[in-house]
Amino acid sequence: MQISLKINGKTHSHDVEPRISLAQYLRETLSLTGTHIGCDTSGCGACTVHVDGAATKACTLLAVQVDGCEIKTIEGMANGNEMHPIQEAFKENHGLQCGFCTPGMVMTAADILKNNPNPTEEEIRHGLEGNFCRCTGYHNIVKSIQHAAETLNS
Amino acid sequence: METYIGKSVKRREDARFLKGAGKYTDDIKLPGMTQAAFVRSPYAHAKILSVDTSAAEKAEGVVAVYTGSDACGTYGVPCGWQVDFKDGETMREPLHPLLAKDKILHVGEAVAIVIAESLELARDAAELVNVKYDVLPAVTCPKKAMESGAPKVHDQWGDNAAFDWCIGNDRAEVEAALASAHHVTEMNYKNHRVAPNAIEPRSYIADYDVNADKWTLYTSTQNPHLVRLLMCAFALGIPEHKVRVVSYDVGGGFGSKIYHYTEEALLTWASKEIGRPIKWTSDRTEAFLTDAHGRDHIVHSKMGFDKDGKIVAHLTDEFCAMGAYLSTFAPAVPTYLHGTLFQGVYTTPLIHLNVTAPFTHTVPVDAYRGAGRPEATYLLERIVSKAAKEMNMDPAELRLKNFIAPFNGTTEPGYQTQVALQYDSGNYHASLKRGLEMLGYEDFRKEQAEARKNGKLLGVGISTYIEGCGIAPSAVVGSLGARAGLYEVGHVRVQPTGKVSVFTGSHSHGQGHETVFAQFAADKLGIPMDDIDIVHGDTDQVAFGMGTYGSRSLSVGGSAIIKSIEKVLEKGAKIAAHKLEAAEEDLEYAEGKWTVKGTDKSISFGDVSLTAYVPHDYPEGVEPGLDFSSFYDPTNFTYPFGTHIAVVEVCSDTGKVTVKRFVACDDVGNVMNPMIVDGQIHGGVVQGIGQALLEEVVYDGEGQMVTGSYMDYAMPRADDMPMIETDRTTTPCPHNPLGAKGAGEAGAIGSTPAVVNAVVDALAHMGVTDIQMPVTPQRVWKAMQN
Ligand code: FES
Ligand code: FES
Repeated sequence: MQISLKINGKTHSHDVEPRISLAQYLRETLSLTGTHIGCDTSGCGACTVHVDGAATKACTLLAVQVDGCEIKTIEGMANGNEMHPIQEAFKENHGLQCGFCTPGMVMTAADILKNNPNPTEEEIRHGLEGNFCRCTGYHNIVKSIQHAAETLNS
Repeated sequence: METYIGKSVKRREDARFLKGAGKYTDDIKLPGMTQAAFVRSPYAHAKILSVDTSAAEKAEGVVAVYTGSDACGTYGVPCGWQVDFKDGETMREPLHPLLAKDKILHVGEAVAIVIAESLELARDAAELVNVKYDVLPAVTCPKKAMESGAPKVHDQWGDNAAFDWCIGNDRAEVEAALASAHHVTEMNYKNHRVAPNAIEPRSYIADYDVNADKWTLYTSTQNPHLVRLLMCAFALGIPEHKVRVVSYDVGGGFGSKIYHYTEEALLTWASKEIGRPIKWTSDRTEAFLTDAHGRDHIVHSKMGFDKDGKIVAHLTDEFCAMGAYLSTFAPAVPTYLHGTLFQGVYTTPLIHLNVTAPFTHTVPVDAYRGAGRPEATYLLERIVSKAAKEMNMDPAELRLKNFIAPFNGTTEPGYQTQVALQYDSGNYHASLKRGLEMLGYEDFRKEQAEARKNGKLLGVGISTYIEGCGIAPSAVVGSLGARAGLYEVGHVRVQPTGKVSVFTGSHSHGQGHETVFAQFAADKLGIPMDDIDIVHGDTDQVAFGMGTYGSRSLSVGGSAIIKSIEKVLEKGAKIAAHKLEAAEEDLEYAEGKWTVKGTDKSISFGDVSLTAYVPHDYPEGVEPGLDFSSFYDPTNFTYPFGTHIAVVEVCSDTGKVTVKRFVACDDVGNVMNPMIVDGQIHGGVVQGIGQALLEEVVYDGEGQMVTGSYMDYAMPRADDMPMIETDRTTTPCPHNPLGAKGAGEAGAIGSTPAVVNAVVDALAHMGVTDIQMPVTPQRVWKAMQN
C-alpha cells in the first residue's frame, strides 16, 4: 500500500506491506533507529513517537494507519547539535542509564509537559505509567521532567 | 587544574542516547543481511516425534531452515562453573543443544531456525514448520523435582539433582546449638522466580566473511570476550583468532546478558552455512521464555538466639532450581555467590547451609542483579526481623547487638566469616545509625502508633545487607569451581600527541564507564578528561576481558587501568629524566608534568608522549612508544554494605501496599561519581521493590509460563514507586587502588527484605508474622482476614 506522511518535517512516500508497524517502518525503511522496540503488547513505551502531536506507541500502530499524518521521532527533537530542553534535562539529571527506554521517555515527557506545563510529581509519574525503565528506578526521570518543566516555563 | 574523582560529572554517553543515535545491535543493518525466526516448543516436556520443514523451505524468501537433525544439533553451549556433589560425584552436566533434537525440556526451547530475506517472511515460514510432539508431564518446582516419582528432566540420571552442596560449620554442631538455644525463629518460604527484563531484548547478528575466513558476531552481551571464548572453544570449536565479537550499546543487562546463549552460537554457525549475515532479535515473549531467570529458591531456615538476643546458630536447607540446563554461571549462584554471604553483618558463630540444586522443566536460572546475594540477604534480614518481633525486641536494636564490630582492613584485620570468605572492611553500626537518622526512626514509631489508632496501617522495615562483589581472585574462584579466571584487562595507549585511548575489558550497558573511567584516568594522569577516550565492547580492539557483572567494573576493571597508568608514568619518568638531564628519583609528577623537585624545570606529559614516538633524543635501552596493557587479579572480593529502610502503607480495604518512603544508606567504598552511584542505587532499589511487591514468573502445573508478556508480568512503573532517599557512609576497600567496592547490585540486594519487613510490621498487630513475596494485594488481604 502506498503511504505518504511527514516525519520530522520531511515528507516520505513508500509502498509498504499493510502488516508493517509504524515502529518497523521507521526503523527498517527509514533507518530511524532511535525509536526502539521493547515489547509487542504496548507495554513498555520504548517505541513512543508523536503522531499529529500526541505521544503514541509506534509498535501497535500500522504504518498504513498513519498515512497522511505528521510524525515526530526522537531524531526530530534536537535542533541540529542543540538538544531540546527535555533532552538537556535528562542529561543534567542522569535521567538515563542504558539509554534504551530514553527516546520513548523523552517523547512521553514532551507530551506530558505539552498538556500540563506545571505537573506535580504525581502527575509526572502517572504520565509515565506507559513507559518502562528498568535502569533508573524512575527517580531521575521524574527529576529530569521537573527540571525540564522549569526550563520550558522560564 | 581540574580534578574529577568524586564529582558528579555529566555523562559523555548521554548525547547519543538522547538523540536516538545509540548503536544497539538491532540498529545495525549489514548488506545482504537475512533475518531469523525460531520455531519454539509450546510444551515444557515432550518427545519430538517429527519435524517437517518441507513447506517452510519452499516458502517465499526462505534461505535456509535448520533443525536439531542438522550438524548444529550436535553442538551445545557450555557451563562455566562446576559444583560437584557433596559425596564427590561430578556435577551432572547435560548437553545444552543449540536446537532440541529428540526432547523438549522447557517451554520456548528452540526446535528449528528459519532464515529468510525479511523478518516477516521468516516468521511466516516458521509457522509452516510442522512439529509433532508426545507431551510428557513436567516439574517446575525445585522441591517437587526432588520428590520420588517426579518427572525426570534428564533421563540419564537417577534423579533430578544437578548437584548438592553445603557450606559452613558442621551440621550436627549447628543443630545442637539450635536445640539448646533460648529462642529459635523459623522460616519457610519461596524466594520466587523473576525475569531480569532488560528493556532491550537480546539481539544478535552473525556475519561470516568467506574471503577473510572470519566471523563477526554483533551481540547484546555484557562480556564479549567471554562469549567469544565459550563459543569458539566449547560450543562450536572454531578458531578464536578468527572471530570478532562486538557489543556496542547494550540496553541493560542485569545479569541476563552475561551468558553465552544458544542463539549466538547457532547464528554464527549458520552464517557460514549460508554465506550471509543473519540477524535475530528476541521479541518480548521469547525473552520471557528464553532469557535466564533469577532466584527460585525454596527455603527452610532456623536461627537460634541466646537470652540476650545474640545469634547462636543458623541452619538452612534450600532447593534451588537450575532450570532445564546449566546456564553459564548457574551453579555458582545458589552456592558460592549465596552461601558465602550467610554470615551477613552478624557475629553468628555457627552457620550451616545445605543446597540441593535440581533440574526443572523451565528456562535456566542464572545470575540476576545480585545473584545469590539478594537471596541470602532476604533470608537473613527477614529472619532477624521476625526474631525481633518474636522476642519482643526492636529490630534495629537486635541488629546492633549482633553486628560485627567496625574494622578497616588495614590497621585492623579483615573479618573471617564462618562461610569461607574474609570481609575486607566494614562499619555496620555507622550505616544503620545513619539510616535510622535519615528516616527519623523514633518519630516514625510514634507516627505509626498514632496512625494505627486511626485505622491506618503503616509499617517500617529495616535491612542491613552485605554483599560480596568485585569478583574475584582467580585462584580462589578456580578452587571453588569456576572454569575461568576473573581478572580484568586495562590497556592504556598514549598517542604521540599525548591524547589517550583506554581499552577496557569491562563492558558498559548503562553504568557510564565512558565517563567514570575517564574521570579517574584523567586524575591519575593529570590531564583533562577530554583528552581520554574509553573503548570497550569489541574483541578486535580490546586485548581481552571478563566483562561486567558482580559490580566488578570499577574495582577490578578500573584497577587494571590504574596498573597500566602506573606503567605509563614509570616509563614516562625515564624519558622525562633523560630530557631534563636529571635523575629519575629527583622528579615528581603532578598536574600532567614531570618537574625536577625544588626547581621550575619541567616537561609536560604531551612532550614526553611525543618523545616516546619520535625518539631522536632518547634514553638508552628504553623502547619507543607509550602503550601498556595490564591484567589485574584482585586479592579479595569487595564487600559493600548498607542499610535500607522502607516505610509502607497497607490499604486495609484492598490490601494494596504503597511504599511511602525508601531510605538507602549504602557504603560502596570510595565513590568516583556520586550521581552515577545514586542512579545505580535507585535502579537497584526499584528492582528489589519489584520483586517484593509485583514481579513473579509463574509456571503452571504443566510447565506453561503464564506470565510471558508485559500484560501478565508486573514490572514496577513510575507511579508504583517513591523517590529514593540516598546517602552514604564511606569505608574504603583496603585492597584495590581506587578503594572502590562496587555499587551495581547493592540496591537490589538490600531493598527486597526491607519492604517485606515493613509490610509484616504494618500487619504485626493482626498476628501476621510472615508473608510470601510478591506481596500482592490478594496475599495481604488474605493475611488480614486470618
Ligand atoms: S515496543 Fe511499543 S510499547 Fe513496547
Ligand atoms: S535507561 Fe535503561 S531502560 Fe531506562
